[in-house]
Amino acid sequence: MSRLQSRFAALKQENRAALVTFVTAGDPDYATSLAILKGLPEAGADVIELGMPFTDPMADGPAIQLANIRALGGGQNMVKTLQMVREFRTGNQDTPLVLMGYYNPIFVYGVDRFIADAKEAGVDGLIVVDLPPEHNDELCDPAQAAGIDFIRLTTPTTDDARLPTVLNGSSGFVYYVSVAGVTGAGAATMDQVEEAVARLRRHTDLPLCIGFGIRTPEHAAEVAKRADGAVVGSALIDKIAKAASPAEAVSGVLGLCRELAEGVRGARG
Amino acid sequence: MTQSYSHGPDERGLFGPFGGQFVAETLMPLINDLAAEYEAAKKDPAFLEELAYFQRDYIGRPSPLYYAERLSEHFGGAKIYLKREELNHTGAHKINNCIGQILLAKRMGKKRIIAETGAGMHGVASATVAARFGLECVVYMGTTDIDRQQANVFRMKLLGAKVIPVTAGTGTLKDAMNEALRDWVTNVDNTFYLIGTAAGPHPYPAMVRDFQAVIGRETRAQILEHEGRLPDSVVACIGGGSNAIGLFHEFLDEPSVQIVGVEAAGHGIDTGKHAASMAGGKPGVLHGNRTFLLQDADGQITDAHSISAGLDYPGVGPEHAWLHHIGRVEYVPITDDEAMQAFQHCCRLEGIIPALESSHALAEAFKRAPSLPKDHLMVVNLSGRGDKDMQTVMHYLSLDEKAAEETRA
Repeated sequence: MSRLQSRFAALKQENRAALVTFVTAGDPDYATSLAILKGLPEAGADVIELGMPFTDPMADGPAIQLANIRALGGGQNMVKTLQMVREFRTGNQDTPLVLMGYYNPIFVYGVDRFIADAKEAGVDGLIVVDLPPEHNDELCDPAQAAGIDFIRLTTPTTDDARLPTVLNGSSGFVYYVSVAGVTGAGAATMDQVEEAVARLRRHTDLPLCIGFGIRTPEHAAEVAKRADGAVVGSALIDKIAKAASPAEAVSGVLGLCRELAEGVRGARG
Repeated sequence: MTQSYSHGPDERGLFGPFGGQFVAETLMPLINDLAAEYEAAKKDPAFLEELAYFQRDYIGRPSPLYYAERLSEHFGGAKIYLKREELNHTGAHKINNCIGQILLAKRMGKKRIIAETGAGMHGVASATVAARFGLECVVYMGTTDIDRQQANVFRMKLLGAKVIPVTAGTGTLKDAMNEALRDWVTNVDNTFYLIGTAAGPHPYPAMVRDFQAVIGRETRAQILEHEGRLPDSVVACIGGGSNAIGLFHEFLDEPSVQIVGVEAAGHGIDTGKHAASMAGGKPGVLHGNRTFLLQDADGQITDAHSISAGLDYPGVGPEHAWLHHIGRVEYVPITDDEAMQAFQHCCRLEGIIPALESSHALAEAFKRAPSLPKDHLMVVNLSGRGDKDMQTVMHYLSLDEKAAEETRA
């Protein structure tokens, strides 16, 4: 059983949803980012998404754009991101870690080399924003053949006719982008979330995690009542952006993570 | 089977290894709809008739193929013809594509147009057609470009468009395109993204090429009329490459026609300050397609530099990437300085003020012409007029003068 499968199975036993956290690797610098990463499981993150920085994050709003700029400014690159995963894994064998980003840095690193190095470092899954199923042969197929999950984004524009195409070959979990827009912008209403979960359920048995616009423990709890996971990114990254020191960045992110975890854990009361 | 270079892309939008549909899932259903709608429109006589009407009576097509007698004499070799795209309504080739896309937008019932712009010519052309068809228009433009293209910013506003300054990155065309994509992903229901060059996700590269291919079709008919035979060479500048592919496409399967694309070499390829993605970049994936990109060893996109805002982009359309890959088209770099020289020659000898973009094509033509025989027929795409570039040229020439003074002192 993969780490993602075990984690979602265990959460199902506990009758609760997952808190899925997103931070960008190397934001604001390698050491601080590693400290955040290492602290996340203890602060209540059930699944970790780690962003691979890119100069042109076309689907991201201002918060994550700036996180990318800070990370790249601090010298982050793919080699360091994979090293960060390796260092994380020395102290944690249970928490699933998913790399998320855009295709070009992977393509340039070399797909085969990337898959081998990611596998060896302890990466469990990949979310690549600009690789729709039309390009499965690029990365999705070889990654899955190597035992790395490929997590699909589904969106409000993915209609019932297209959903099977998108879900075919998905593994790990399904990430539902609950609003058409960039990260950190508006949020969906709970009616919309319920409708989306019901619709996706008709097409897949994979765990459903909902993201985009979730910022508070209350909001995370509402989503956690209805889905298998709530994804929080921009709100955590804002803590890094506003921090006056590296120590404050670490405590800010982990502090919010604890509150969010409490929300998610209490959701189904 | 004879090899054809003009039948691409395949159904996945691929030109060999280039092109494709590398976009977020939110956009996939939209671009699939667009591809289907475009395929239907291409076969609809009513659509083609309307397109032809606007090309003729609104844009002013056909644009002349003009024999540049004085330039030809000056360089003493090839017979140089200029395809006068700068005489189109709004002053550049950009309107050819905008008319086509706005007719599609109307057909799809979209109410809002977004566009990205570098030099502002595509922004102006988009604002123009949006005004003509009564649609809301939002243009994303980098702050660096806004500074150097004030006149075009004002023109867009006069035409009723909203110009949104983009501060991200270096504030140039790439950043404007990122921001336009973010807008599109947010406003999927009512918005049509009017991409200005033959790049982006399929079907854009093929669709924009088709709307620009009128340039090459006219050129063939006109040169046959003037000279009774095909040209020996055709030359055009490449940013994203829409004017070039528009001229080239007609001649790809004519082996006797030499085809030359001119990239912006900025301060020179070896300085790293350039916009020549084929001469100085390598394959990668950005803005929906795989193509040649300026990037570092980690796959991070690097900044382009060119004196010409319209060429200041770190990528190139995927069909050009493929034509480069297979060697059908020769791509060469021209520096800022070479383009400025050619600009001045064209002004002084022909009384035509070319755009700085087009001046890159002229510079390559002037390099080649002297050593070619007098019966060599060369067509250069004069893709735009230079009125928008006055500020840049004034600045460049005053620096030039200063340098000359310093040398004298």
